[in-house]
Amino acid sequence: MIQTDILIIGAGPCGLFTVFEAGLLKLRCHLIDALPQPGGQCAEIYPKKPIYDIPAYPSILAGELVDRLMEQAEPFKPGFTLGERAEQIEKDDEGQFILTTNRGTHHRAPIIAIAGGLGCFEPRKPPVPQLADFEDKGVEYIIKDPEFYRDKKVVISGGGDSALDWTIFLAEGVASEVTLVHRRKEFRGHLDSVQKVMDLAAAGRVNLMTDSEVIGVNGDGQLKSIEIKTKADGNHTIATDHWVPLFGLSPKLGPIADWSLNITKNAVEVDTFDYSTNVPGIYAIGDINTYPGKLKLILCGFHEATLMVQSAFKRIYPDKNLVLKYTTVNGVNGFEG
Amino acid sequence: MDNTIRVSVTDRDGKVHELDAPTDMGMNMMELCKSAELPVEGTCGGMAMCASCHVYVGSDHNLPDKSDDEEDMLDEAFFVEDNSRLGCQLHLTDELDGLQVKLAPVGN
Repeated sequence: MIQTDILIIGAGPCGLFTVFEAGLLKLRCHLIDALPQPGGQCAEIYPKKPIYDIPAYPSILAGELVDRLMEQAEPFKPGFTLGERAEQIEKDDEGQFILTTNRGTHHRAPIIAIAGGLGCFEPRKPPVPQLADFEDKGVEYIIKDPEFYRDKKVVISGGGDSALDWTIFLAEGVASEVTLVHRRKEFRGHLDSVQKVMDLAAAGRVNLMTDSEVIGVNGDGQLKSIEIKTKADGNHTIATDHWVPLFGLSPKLGPIADWSLNITKNAVEVDTFDYSTNVPGIYAIGDINTYPGKLKLILCGFHEATLMVQSAFKRIYPDKNLVLKYTTVNGVNGFEG
Repeated sequence: MDNTIRVSVTDRDGKVHELDAPTDMGMNMMELCKSAELPVEGTCGGMAMCASCHVYVGSDHNLPDKSDDEEDMLDEAFFVEDNSRLGCQLHLTDELDGLQVKLAPVGN
């Protein structure tokens, strides 16, 4: 069981800055994120894009902003549970929240701060009828262990680096047959990966189907074949053991939707006094919350985080008075280990 | 009216919305749909990184070519047709007066 003061769901810019502001009040934080690295959208979607509206930074790359927020939070020794999705919350008999992830990691804290941005990133699933019936029965959205595909027939869909890289990897002595299906003729991956796939196709080791898409899945409890629509010559049925659609990630609100929070249009309603939700002890900050006048800007999330930790402190220590202390006067006094 | 064009947007229920759009505000089609409270998420904020503003262009306007970013994103989108575009990459200019678009279905 991981115990902390503020359990932050989402390790994006807002969640990371919460660690700093909470630390100034001597509150400890632990962050949970479904992605394997901190930074949220900034790290996952647009690390190389410049942001121009962070005060005092005329321009800063999103990835660099994350690095600096990590550096700023470091003195307060935040804990991280990465690559796991916050799944379920309940209260124990001392009134603390117990939060369990999809992998069964337990966390305990008096305060939960949801800084979940757009939600958790999940693989984009193609709109193919009955697809859900074959998930983990031949259809996988992520390749975890390539050995799983040894001597199997595999169809991969997508045109990006992960589709190209896995096609190459599986075609070179792992799978018995590899087909790559892509919407158009051009690929957007690294040029050498594209060339490699073309070479493998020319050598007959990859069945390359461009201007094509998978439109159907068939089988009997286990995937047996897929239907592919090709621009030039109509539909084909291909026998296969696996289909791996690799269409990137998109955010979903996810399990938070089931936590009895008031939700409007995929956002959690909060009181702008302290960004508290309708559930006492649970706050929501950053892109995931909504209130009259809400702007989804990182700088607004920083402000929300700062006010939120004041209220969290009052909930944890109702008898203590909180006096605003300036970092200029007091410096930053981190935690030991 | 100066600096205003009219575009028509067909929503996912088939209802046609005639929208007046300013051309002097640096707006794009995704933002126009959002401001008219049409069901367009615009999740990534207009960086051609989510395809939640995917539309089909129905009129024969001479549109600027797709950037690599837009093509790349369409590779990860679904229900893509030859006339697919990302609304966020269609900047509202005087040349687009009379543009007709239809919102693409939403994937899972």
